[in-house]
Amino acid sequence: MTTPSTMSLAVARVRDRRRATGFARRTADRLGVVGCIAATILLVIALAAAFAPLVAPYDPDYPDLLASLSGPSPAHLLGTDALGRDILSRLIWGSRITLAGPGLVIVIATVVGTLLALLAAWRGGRTDTAVAWVLDILFAVPGIVFALIAVAIWGPSLATVVGGLAIAYVPYVARVVRGASLRERRMPYVSAAWLQGQSGTGITFTQILPNVQPIVVAQAVSSLGFAVIELAAVSFLGLGVQPPTADLGLMVKSGFDSVLRGHPAEAIAAGTLIVLIVWCVTVIGDRLTSSARSMR
Amino acid sequence: MTEPLLRLDDVRATLRLRGGEQTLLDGVSLTIGEGESLGLVGESGSGKSLTTRAITRMLDPAFRVTGEIAFDGASVLSMNPAALRRYRSRDVGMIFQDPRAHVNPVHRVGDFLTESLVRDRGVDRREAERRAVVLLDEVGVRNPEQRLRQYPHELSGGLLQRVMIASVLLAEPRLILADEPTTALDVTAQSDVMAILEEQRRARGLALLFITHDLELAAACCDRLAVMYAGQIVEQGEHVYEAPSHPYTIELLGARPSIDERVDRLPVLRYDRATHELLKAEAS
Amino acid sequence: MSLAPYLLRRLGGLLLVLLVTSFIVFGLLYLAPGSPLAFILGPRGGTPEQIAAVTEQYHLDDPFLLRYVAWLGDLLRGDLGYSIVYRQDVSALISSRVGTTLALVSMAAIIIALVGIAAGTFAALRGGWGDQLTSTLAAVGLSTPSFVVGVALISVFAVGLGWFPTFGSGTGGVDTLYHLVLPAVALSVASAAYLARITRAAVLEEGGREHVQTATARGLAPGHIVRHHVLRNSLIPIVTVLGLTIATLIAGAVVVENVFALDGLGSLLVRAILQRDFAVVQAVILVLVVAFVVVNAIVDVLYTFIDPRITLGSRQ
Repeated sequence: MTTPSTMSLAVARVRDRRRATGFARRTADRLGVVGCIAATILLVIALAAAFAPLVAPYDPDYPDLLASLSGPSPAHLLGTDALGRDILSRLIWGSRITLAGPGLVIVIATVVGTLLALLAAWRGGRTDTAVAWVLDILFAVPGIVFALIAVAIWGPSLATVVGGLAIAYVPYVARVVRGASLRERRMPYVSAAWLQGQSGTGITFTQILPNVQPIVVAQAVSSLGFAVIELAAVSFLGLGVQPPTADLGLMVKSGFDSVLRGHPAEAIAAGTLIVLIVWCVTVIGDRLTSSARSMR
Repeated sequence: MTEPLLRLDDVRATLRLRGGEQTLLDGVSLTIGEGESLGLVGESGSGKSLTTRAITRMLDPAFRVTGEIAFDGASVLSMNPAALRRYRSRDVGMIFQDPRAHVNPVHRVGDFLTESLVRDRGVDRREAERRAVVLLDEVGVRNPEQRLRQYPHELSGGLLQRVMIASVLLAEPRLILADEPTTALDVTAQSDVMAILEEQRRARGLALLFITHDLELAAACCDRLAVMYAGQIVEQGEHVYEAPSHPYTIELLGARPSIDERVDRLPVLRYDRATHELLKAEAS
Repeated sequence: MSLAPYLLRRLGGLLLVLLVTSFIVFGLLYLAPGSPLAFILGPRGGTPEQIAAVTEQYHLDDPFLLRYVAWLGDLLRGDLGYSIVYRQDVSALISSRVGTTLALVSMAAIIIALVGIAAGTFAALRGGWGDQLTSTLAAVGLSTPSFVVGVALISVFAVGLGWFPTFGSGTGGVDTLYHLVLPAVALSVASAAYLARITRAAVLEEGGREHVQTATARGLAPGHIVRHHVLRNSLIPIVTVLGLTIATLIAGAVVVENVFALDGLGSLLVRAILQRDFAVVQAVILVLVVAFVVVNAIVDVLYTFIDPRITLGSRQ
C-alpha cells in the first residue's frame, strides 16, 4: 500500500514542522537576521501606534498656534507642523491608519483571493476558467485606479479607498495561490486522501490549504508593502483619509506646503516613517517568499 | 623522449569548503601525444569531467589546483588571460555532454558556428559561413545552408551535437576534449555521432581526450585507456581493456552484460572506497 | 504558426478585454448611489437644458444594454462626452493634456531602463561591496513612494539648490523636458529599483548557464560573453518586467503629476474626482485602462521576438 503512507508523509511534512520547533523559533528561522531586525522595528512601530493614547506625548490634534513650525526641541522632539501640532504625536497616531488601513485591505484581499483560488483549483474545468478570466480582467486595471474609481463613485474616505484597493489586490493573491494549489492538487497525497473518501472541501481545507499557507502568507505580506504605498498616495492626493485625522500620507502633503516655506521637518519625518514601514514589510515579505519557495 | 602535446603531472584539485577541504582530483598524471586518443573511463563522481575542466582552466575559483598541466610545453596554470583565451580558442576544442544546454538558445546556429572565427580570428562573416557549411556537410548535416538560419531548439539532439562537433573542428584545434559527447543522446544518434567524431579526428590527425563511463566504447575508439576512481587514475595504457591488472578495472570489465550468455542478475560492483583506500595503503 | 494569424488572435483577445473593461467603466455610473442623472449633475442640480443634455449624452431613455452600445458608438467616434465643470468636450480636455503624461511616462521609462539595467548588471558582475550597496539602495528605492521622492526632490533641487523649477510643465519643447526631469525621476525610482533587482537575478542566473561555459571554453572575450550571451539572454525577463513597469507608470503618473502640478491626465483625473465631473473621470479612467492593457499586450508580442523558443504563441 503506497497511497496512505504517501499521504501520511505529506501530512507529517506539515505537522512535523509545527511540532518540532516553537512558533517564535520557526519564524526567526524563516526571517533570517535582517528579517528579524525588520520585524522588530515593525513591531515597535505597531505597538506604539496601538497604544498611541499612552505613548504619544501630546494630543495629535491640539493646535498650539504660537509654536507653529517650530523646529525640534526638548518640548517637541520632532518639532511642530504649520498648525503647531506636535509632529511626533501625529506620527504615532498617523501610523495607526497607515498600518491598519492597508492591513485591512490585505486581509480582505487575501481571504477573498485565497477562497477564490482554492475553489478554482479544486473544481477545475469551467470554474477554473471563469476564475482565471475574472482575474485577468481585474489585472487589466492598475491597482491605484481601483481606489480612484471607488472614490469617484462613493466620495473620498478611508473606507472607500480600502474597499477599492481590496478588490485590486484580490488577483495578486489569487493568482499565486491558484498556481500553488494546482501544484499541490496533483500531489499523490491528495489523490490518497480522495481515495480514502475525504470530501473535496475537506481535502481543500485540511490538506491543500495548510500546504499552500506559507505561500499565502508570503504573498499577503509582500502585497502589504504596496498597499501601504498606494493608500498613503491616495491620502496624499486628498482622496483618502480626510483632515484633520492624522495620517502619514496626509502629513507628507501638509508637510509639503511647509517645505515650500523652508520647513521640511514634517515632510521628512512622515516620509521617512513611510519608507521605514514599507522597507520592513518588504524585507519580511521577501524572506517569507524565498522560504516558502524553498519548502517546496 | 619528446614533449607530448598534453601532459598532466600530479594534478590535484582541492575544494575549499567551510567544513574543511575536499580533494577531488588526487594526483592525476597522464599524457596525450599529437594525434593520439586517450579514453578516460570511470563512474560518475570519479573526477573525469573535473579533469577536462582543469585542462581548460575552467574549474570554479573555489578550487585550488596544483601540479603541472603543460600544453605543447607551455604551462596552462600560469598562462595570463590573453594567452589563456588564445589557448582555449585555438589549441583545444571542447565538446560537452548536453548540446541542448551548451548552445545558446537565442542565437541562430550559424552565429554559434561562426562566432569565434569572426570575433577572434578576423575571418570575414561570409567566409566563416562558407567554412561552416562545408564542415556541417562533412559531419553529415543535410541542408547545411538552411541549418545556419535555424535556432538550436529547432534541431534534434543528435543534429545539435554534430553542430557542436563542427563548431569545434572549425576552430582547427590540436586537441579535442569530449566530455561524454553521446550520453545525452538517444541510442541511434549515439553511434552516428561517435563515428563522425572519430572519422573527422583521424582525417585531421587531432588528439582526443574522450571522457566516458562506457569502457567498451572507449576501447573501440581510443589508442589508450585510463581508468579513474575517486580522483585518481588507477590504471592506464594500451593493455587495459585486453589485460586489466587493477582490481577495479577487472571488476568493471566483469560487470559488462554480455549478449552471448543470459544472466539472471547483473553483478554488483564490490569495489568501494574502503577497498580503494586499503589498496592504496598496501601499495605505498 | 505564422505571424499574421498569431497577431490577429492576439488582437482578438485584446479587443475582448477592452470590450469588457469598457463595459465596467460604463457600468460605474450605475454603481453610484442615487439615480445616474442625479449623480452626474451632483449637488449642483441642473437646469432643464443640462438635464436634457445629460439624458441625451448617456442615452438614459434607452434600455440598459442599448445605452452601452450607444455609449460605445460615441466613444469610437471620438465623442467622450461633455464636461459639466469645464464646459468643454472631454476629448478636447484629454487631447490637450495627454502629451504631458506621455512625455513624463516616456522619460521615466528611459530612466528606468538605463538605471535599472545598468545597476542590476553592475551588481551581478561586480559582486562584493558593489552588489551589497546596489541591493541595499534598491531595497530602499523599492520602499519609497513616488510622492515622497517627489517632495524630497523638490525640497532639495528646487527649493534648496534652485536647479530645477518647482511646479508646472513649462512652455513646451526643451523647457517642458527641463520641467519634467524631477517628476520623471520621482516616477522612476521604485521601478528602477525593481528592474535592477530583476536584472541582477537574471544576469546571475544566465551567467551560470552551460552555454556560457561553452563560450568561455571557446576563448571568447569576457566582454563579448557578457554582452552577447549573458545580457542578451537576460533580456527576456528584463524586457517583460520593463514592459509591465511602463504599464504601471501610466497609473503612477496620476500621483506624480499632482505633486509637481503638471497639467497631465492624472491631475485632470484627481481634480475631476474632487469636483465630481463624472464624464471626465470616466473618460480618463478609460484612457488609462486602455493604455495599460495595450502596453501589456505589446510587451507580450515583443516577448516572442526576443525569445526564439517561444514560436508565436506556442510555448515549449
